[in-house]
Amino acid sequence: MLEILKQSNNPEICKPLVEAVIEKAIEFQQKFGRKPAFMEVCGSHTMALARTGVKQCLKDVVNLISGPGCPVCVTDQRSIDAMIALAEGENRIICTFGDMMRVPGSTRTLVDSKISGKDIRVLYSPVDAVKVAIENPDKEVIFLGVGFETTIPIMTLMVGEAEKQGITNFSIWMTTKLVEPVLRFLLDAGEVNLDGFLLPGHVSIVLGEDAYQYLVDDYHISGVIAGFETAELLSSIYKLLDLILSEKISIENNHPSVVTKTGNQVIHQWLEKYLTECDEAWRGIGVIPNSGLDLKTEYEQFNAKKRFSVVVGEPRKTKCRCGEVIRGLITPNECPLFGKACHPMNPVGPCMVSTEGSCSAYYHYMRESF
Amino acid sequence: MCVGVPAKVVKKMEYSAVVDVMGSQTTVGIIFVPEVELEDYVIVHAGQAMSIVDETYAKQSVEEWRKLINARNSEAVQ
Ligand code: SF4
Repeated sequence: MLEILKQSNNPEICKPLVEAVIEKAIEFQQKFGRKPAFMEVCGSHTMALARTGVKQCLKDVVNLISGPGCPVCVTDQRSIDAMIALAEGENRIICTFGDMMRVPGSTRTLVDSKISGKDIRVLYSPVDAVKVAIENPDKEVIFLGVGFETTIPIMTLMVGEAEKQGITNFSIWMTTKLVEPVLRFLLDAGEVNLDGFLLPGHVSIVLGEDAYQYLVDDYHISGVIAGFETAELLSSIYKLLDLILSEKISIENNHPSVVTKTGNQVIHQWLEKYLTECDEAWRGIGVIPNSGLDLKTEYEQFNAKKRFSVVVGEPRKTKCRCGEVIRGLITPNECPLFGKACHPMNPVGPCMVSTEGSCSAYYHYMRESF
Repeated sequence: MCVGVPAKVVKKMEYSAVVDVMGSQTTVGIIFVPEVELEDYVIVHAGQAMSIVDETYAKQSVEEWRKLINARNSEAVQ
């Protein structure tokens, strides 16, 4: 298996694949008189495309646009401010993914709160938050539930575990996001012209290949489910070009070793048991109806939004253009703050903080390409 | 949060398993992949195995890339 994995980054395979993609892209340009434009939906794809050099290699022939798939980046400012305000309360332990720690709130970050003495813990495995609650029965333990379809199921495991153990001091601040509603929003808005989608490999483990059929049926646009290694990314772009040049519209699963047609059914059962659709506010977009999942009313005791009242004011206005970055309207270097007032040591927006953020990907891997 | 190399299951318990990722071992949850067996490779996200890697498909992908490259090379020769 590791031998197979090595192949996916083997220069003997990747170099000719780059050449094959460039050839196809030129064919596209000759046919349509312009560069193809594909959106990578997933923040991890943005990072992988930049880290492997695929974005840089193809920049003259394929327009690879980062999409709204970084969970921290799409969280609206008011929500971020609310999570930071939540951490300020007394007698609480806040558990979170590391990405959230340095996200700028309107007045401070979670790191600032931690420095000022608040108990904020970064967890790799969120289910450990339930253990933290068991070990600290006199404190309220709250997990900051930011994530897409890959992470949301893990929140249901946490609730299941807390329920089984009869824990009363554990809850989740749910700020979850779903891929389909935001892709529909982008396509309905028509602000960005796209020829196809590179679809998220790991979200697709949960959703399955068939879940993207709406792209074909309702929008007549193709998508290829892609893995994260160099050859997987290149072959997915090749497949997208090939589909368009052969005038086919379909969803192709180019990550069949882990993505099935209908997704992980065990996970679907967990989601159905605990969660229900809810409206969610997206950074730079506003509220998209039914674009997130929240706990069902019967699990309200684990819903931090029902248990704690948090009041936040109007978010501070900045010149950050993350909202346009996640909608694919501008590239990070088009933001006037990029690399100047905003850089990883002093991030102005979440896109510069997150390990999946476009601005961070551009800063770390693509600055010299401009 | 999403990218992860496949991890090999080296010990299986009821709801968790010890996996080996390039030499380092860690315990992950296996509730979402109840059919997982010893020696299987899994994709792990935030401490949970989300999917079992199908080696046959993984091998097929590599073969597909090679075929594509060979087809281009033979076109170039012609
Ligand atoms: S460079 Fe910084 S300020 Fe500009 S959009 Fe990105 S995160 Fe926001």
